[in-house]
Amino acid sequence: MSNALTAIVLSGFPAALVAPALYRYSPRWAGRLCPLLPLALFVSLLAALGTVAAGKPIIVSIPWIPSLGVSFSLYLDGLGMLFALLITGIGFLVFLYTPAYMGNDVRQGRLTAWLFAFMGAMLGTVLAGNLMTMFVFWELTGLSSYMLIGFDHEKEESRRAALQALLITGVGGLALLAGFILLGKICGTMELAELLGQGEVVRAHTLYLPLLLLVLTGAFTKSAQFPFHFWLPNAMAAPTPVSAYLHSATMVKLGVFLLARFTPILAGSEAWFWLVSGVGAITMLIGALLAVKEHDLKRILAWSTVSSLGSLVLLLGIGTPGATAAAMTFLLAHALYKSSLFLTAGAVDHGVGSRDIRTLGGLAPAMPWLAAAGVLASLSMAGLPPLLGFISKELVYGVTLQSTLLPQLLSGLFLAGNALMVTVAVMAGVGPFFGHKPDTPLHHHKLSPTLWLAPLIPAIFGLLFGLLPGSAASFLIEPATRAVISPSVTVVLGLWHGLNQELLLSAATLALGLVVVLFRRRIIALMPITDKGFRYGPSGWYRLLLDGLANVARLQTGFVQNGRLRNYLMISIGVAMGLMGLTFMQSGGIPGNLPFPSGYLHEWLTAGIILAGALAVTLTDSRLGAVAALGTVGYGVSLVYILYGAPDLAMTQFCIETLSIVLYVLVLYRLPLFTLLSTPVIRLRDAFMAVAIGGLMTLLMLYVVSQPLVPHVSEFFLANSLPAAHGRNVVNVILVDFRALDTLGEITVLAVAAIGVFGLLKFRSGREEEQ
Amino acid sequence: MTSVILSTAIRLLLPLLLLFSVFMLLRGHNEPGGGFVGGLVAAAAIALYALAEGAEEARRLLKLDPRSLIASGLTLSLFSGVLPLLSGQPFLTGLWLPWPLPVLGYVGTPLLFDLGVYLLVAGMALLIILSLMEE
Repeated sequence: MSNALTAIVLSGFPAALVAPALYRYSPRWAGRLCPLLPLALFVSLLAALGTVAAGKPIIVSIPWIPSLGVSFSLYLDGLGMLFALLITGIGFLVFLYTPAYMGNDVRQGRLTAWLFAFMGAMLGTVLAGNLMTMFVFWELTGLSSYMLIGFDHEKEESRRAALQALLITGVGGLALLAGFILLGKICGTMELAELLGQGEVVRAHTLYLPLLLLVLTGAFTKSAQFPFHFWLPNAMAAPTPVSAYLHSATMVKLGVFLLARFTPILAGSEAWFWLVSGVGAITMLIGALLAVKEHDLKRILAWSTVSSLGSLVLLLGIGTPGATAAAMTFLLAHALYKSSLFLTAGAVDHGVGSRDIRTLGGLAPAMPWLAAAGVLASLSMAGLPPLLGFISKELVYGVTLQSTLLPQLLSGLFLAGNALMVTVAVMAGVGPFFGHKPDTPLHHHKLSPTLWLAPLIPAIFGLLFGLLPGSAASFLIEPATRAVISPSVTVVLGLWHGLNQELLLSAATLALGLVVVLFRRRIIALMPITDKGFRYGPSGWYRLLLDGLANVARLQTGFVQNGRLRNYLMISIGVAMGLMGLTFMQSGGIPGNLPFPSGYLHEWLTAGIILAGALAVTLTDSRLGAVAALGTVGYGVSLVYILYGAPDLAMTQFCIETLSIVLYVLVLYRLPLFTLLSTPVIRLRDAFMAVAIGGLMTLLMLYVVSQPLVPHVSEFFLANSLPAAHGRNVVNVILVDFRALDTLGEITVLAVAAIGVFGLLKFRSGREEEQ
Repeated sequence: MTSVILSTAIRLLLPLLLLFSVFMLLRGHNEPGGGFVGGLVAAAAIALYALAEGAEEARRLLKLDPRSLIASGLTLSLFSGVLPLLSGQPFLTGLWLPWPLPVLGYVGTPLLFDLGVYLLVAGMALLIILSLMEE
């Protein structure tokens, strides 16, 4: 099974490479073949269901970076199984649905490729058995989500939404990485199987709180919890199959997965309870309120997803065995009905051309099967028997009523949230299909079967699990709950528990939800949430932060890179001088006993020639004279190289000088007339800078030569040049063999610089031609 | 800017200079020289030709675009580094033929690397000089 598990996780990536080619070859066959992969993965995961349900996790570990404790490990337990089945199962529906939804769009290959990559990344995250494995796959889900949200990259809105999602989940990812490293340091291992038993150690550690905050930041950003909730509705810029797959059923649940996965290690403290359940409660209410306000089907569903994620987080924050079981049940129910509703919304959009609920209505006769899917899913969402949504809601109310802390407040919170979900269910799943047909001219065409089949399947599963709750309990919910909380929990799901408080609360939820449906407009008008909330709320902070960053960048670029060469030189030299001076100071200042340079007469003469040349460059008022004087300096330096036995350097310097003069000749007569632009004060400042950097370099050289040389490097090169590298010219052997990597970097820089010069010259001449 | 002396001289000097640049490249491993300076000499030779006969004529003589020289040089150097990877050795390890060739002596991937440097440096210098001339 271990090899099979690795294959299951990794198979999405080769599929992503093949899919575009397949679509180019034959879109029809590609559309038929692609759903088979998730289906095959789903079936092979089912084969392991018995083993995992019996409480035996399947573990694979392949060493990756053993020195850091990083390995490619997989860990399939009840929790991973529940998620993996959702990912592959809903993945199958999405791959089935996409070809019909996209029609003849030529970009379908690209879309499918990224969906495959996403599926692989998701499976890797939920089945990871090592913190680093999990992190890598976690980031891959964010990356593929970026590509999928920005799929319509011609639209600015898509690009902005994609960037927003990437930045927010990316920040969370970084926090998570830091958290994982802390956790690994505290426990001395990165393997999940070894970490799960060390909860006591972690919670007692002094770094527990920072660790918790880091991991929670990762979870909250990914699962769109307050105050990071605003990216999810914007992510609806993605094509609908993507929204159904990533932004309702799977990826956004990763934060919930993370909380569940680390419950044995991190949960059980006061901080966990208040942070997790507090954030969850706020998110649940905000999401539900904003959902009722919207008109666009996808945005309604997105905000309701935010709300549902909030309730999942709240349940995990409560953290009792009952709450965990309720969370797992609700997670399954939500994934089934929400993916169904998203796919329904997409099919309605595809068939009618509108997603605005004010223009939709009475579509049931035209799309009977789709209507069936929508209604069945919304019944589960509203929590009506005999659907799975009803069972999960009963469980939730059972938890809140038995809570030792504030049972009334918790029950009230869930009552409000669930009632609004009833409203959303009616708005999104029932409204478009029944009622009067609006007068607006909507042209609807016949739907291809996959467009209604894909949403119908999960809706039917919601019904089946409701009718046969025992199967869901023993194979999915109980193993998952046991993996999260403790191996001795038993989960019993049932439709009928007698006439009790839970049932009463359910009835109240339904009634309240329907009341909101009836008086929706008046209630929206009463709601305190206006556009101001967006301007001054978290999404406003995000914009402020991004704009601020851009402004700071503009400011400092304008200061440092203002287009004047002299300014660039000044800044480079100033920074170099500052750093060197500082280092000098820190290492004890300039020693007093610096050696006085000694030399023969011809050496002094050479130095004099170089100095005279340099002085002439600065004083001359003719360009040709400056070029000649600069040449004197260059050739003088080559002479120094020859005198001190470096013929290679001398030769290269000679060639460079010669070519430089050729270049000067080429540009010289194009330059404007030589005029003195700088004032005496500025010239004095420039002279000061020049003398200062020259003086500092001289001091540095004298200091370096006064120190004893460390000979072992050059001795190594001298000793090994001929025997190991077959060359007697040590300089060249260093360049092309010992330190060839440096040379490779340098010639790459040369190539880039040459392209830059070429671009500057050609761009300029092109612009002149235009004028 | 046509000078009879320069154009007559360059016709004789050009083959010599190019030959000299290759000589520099090949002797570099044992005597002063190498790909960098060899490339500069080659570029100087062509630049001289361009000064005498014009940039267009120089391009015709060169046949290759300097940009292709840069690209092929960089690719060649990179390739010489990738080659040892195939036999499981670290990137840029020198691989040598076990016996010396006539004239060239011992030949290995460092020579290939140096040839890449030669092409890249010559291409870079020529790209800048010829572009400036055509301005």
